[in-house]
Amino acid sequence: MEFFIGLWEALPDGLQTVIWILLKIIAIILPLMICVAYYTYAERKVIGYMQVRVGPNRVGPKGWLQPIADAVKLMFKEIIIPSNANKALFLIAPAITLGPALAAWAVFPFDEELVLADINAGLLYILALTSVGVYGVIIAGWASNSKYAFLGAMRSAAQIVAYEIAMGFALVGVLVAAGSLNLGDIVRAQSGNGGLFSWFWLPLLPLFGVYVISGVAETNRAPFDVAEGESEIVAGFHIDYSGMAFAAFFLAEYANMILIAALSAIMFMGGWLSPFQGWPILGPLFDWVPGFVWLVLKTGLFAFLFLWLRATFPRYRYDQIMRLGWKVFIPITIVWIAVVGLAVVYQLPWWFD
Amino acid sequence: MTFEKFIFYVLAAVLIISATMVITRKNPVHAALSLILAFVASSGIWLLAEAEFLAIVLVLVYVGAVMVLFLFVLMMLDIDVATLRAGFIKMLPLGILMAIAMAAELILVVGPENFGLDKFAAPARHAADYSNTEELGGVLYTVYMYPFEIAAVILLVAIIAAIGLTMRRRPDSKYLDPANQVVVKRKDRVRMVSMDAEKG
Repeated sequence: MEFFIGLWEALPDGLQTVIWILLKIIAIILPLMICVAYYTYAERKVIGYMQVRVGPNRVGPKGWLQPIADAVKLMFKEIIIPSNANKALFLIAPAITLGPALAAWAVFPFDEELVLADINAGLLYILALTSVGVYGVIIAGWASNSKYAFLGAMRSAAQIVAYEIAMGFALVGVLVAAGSLNLGDIVRAQSGNGGLFSWFWLPLLPLFGVYVISGVAETNRAPFDVAEGESEIVAGFHIDYSGMAFAAFFLAEYANMILIAALSAIMFMGGWLSPFQGWPILGPLFDWVPGFVWLVLKTGLFAFLFLWLRATFPRYRYDQIMRLGWKVFIPITIVWIAVVGLAVVYQLPWWFD
Repeated sequence: MTFEKFIFYVLAAVLIISATMVITRKNPVHAALSLILAFVASSGIWLLAEAEFLAIVLVLVYVGAVMVLFLFVLMMLDIDVATLRAGFIKMLPLGILMAIAMAAELILVVGPENFGLDKFAAPARHAADYSNTEELGGVLYTVYMYPFEIAAVILLVAIIAAIGLTMRRRPDSKYLDPANQVVVKRKDRVRMVSMDAEKG
């Protein structure tokens, strides 16, 4: 033990900082990857029960080892590179998809104090990174040199550009209401004596709806999964990918879903705040619950919503997706930003006073 | 050399190499991807200069939106590089002349005699809680109010013009009004007929 402490202190200051940051990153990524693995398991189970099946139940007790078996299988599969594909771009595309999906977690506040990089422009940072993620899909579709993959990439690009504007406007409403771009400050702005009624979901209800639905569209999930569209374009942009290259897309999709769920919890549902804060009896009764637990519960709620939507709705027709994004969501958000602006200026009681 | 300087030189090298690749790559998609890399590298340099709002907005707007649309168009176009390259040798002298003129103009404007440390003192480092975004917003809505609003109006006019260009009647396009689809009732589509059973 002495030896290790001595070794640690012998390191230069800069290196110590780098090692600390790397350890913190691992402390975020590792649980996230486990969450992703068991989110896929939860998806199959939840959708299974919704369709009166049992879902995976063979590997391990009640199928708990199924995600591990899937991961091992994908790792040992061969990565096939189409002979006419653009090899460098073909291999770089999964990395471009997965990178931003993980990097966005850097500014995410898990608790009052628990955040890797507490930067001022956290909200902008997340918005920028999620918009970079689309390149993975576009490059994958183009580099595969296949018609189906290309169609998937084109659909995805058009859809993501359309919904990103609505999503960005919804977030503009949040930052006007909170008066800050820092995610921690956004949560702090929602604390009040009304408990869950002080959160932003109530004054920003239209933006909340737009954000969650745009989030589903951004992650290319059903009912907005035209980029994959297995019944029309087989599997869309990742049709030519196999093995770990495919798994990277898969991981990125689920990591993004968890991110959108967690961000909805942060921005509209009060993050780590207790839903009974300031209530007469329930408030003190639940004071001992750590904020992290509330955040996980709220995130889980949205994560379940994603699965529920997939099991319930048929896929949107392409022109209807575009109509919803451009003609419905963007006008709603613009009008509501003006409403929020007025409410903040005139200090509407309960939320903005 | 400090670590910060090292990062600056790495980013600057990436920026210059990728910017060169934009004009040297034969494949237009590769050129566009190099341009994206150039944007990302320059946003990194802006971050080093404590302009974090501009840096993130550069990625958000140019990388996240503008270049996606660029790529969208480029990937669908079938660009014949050979015809584009025709006349390259013939036009080369003119091109070189233009390049020299542009380089000379740039050097005259941003040359070392205008931008040395003796002309402008190095800006003081700000504390960690200094918010670039707030500062920018404050200046934009007070000192530069009119230029900002005029720019906004010009952009609005451009938006209206762009929409106006697409607002032409196209009789050949098959279009369903979603509002009509939503309000459809069963009685509009299904006709119940009662028929006698066939005999024999």
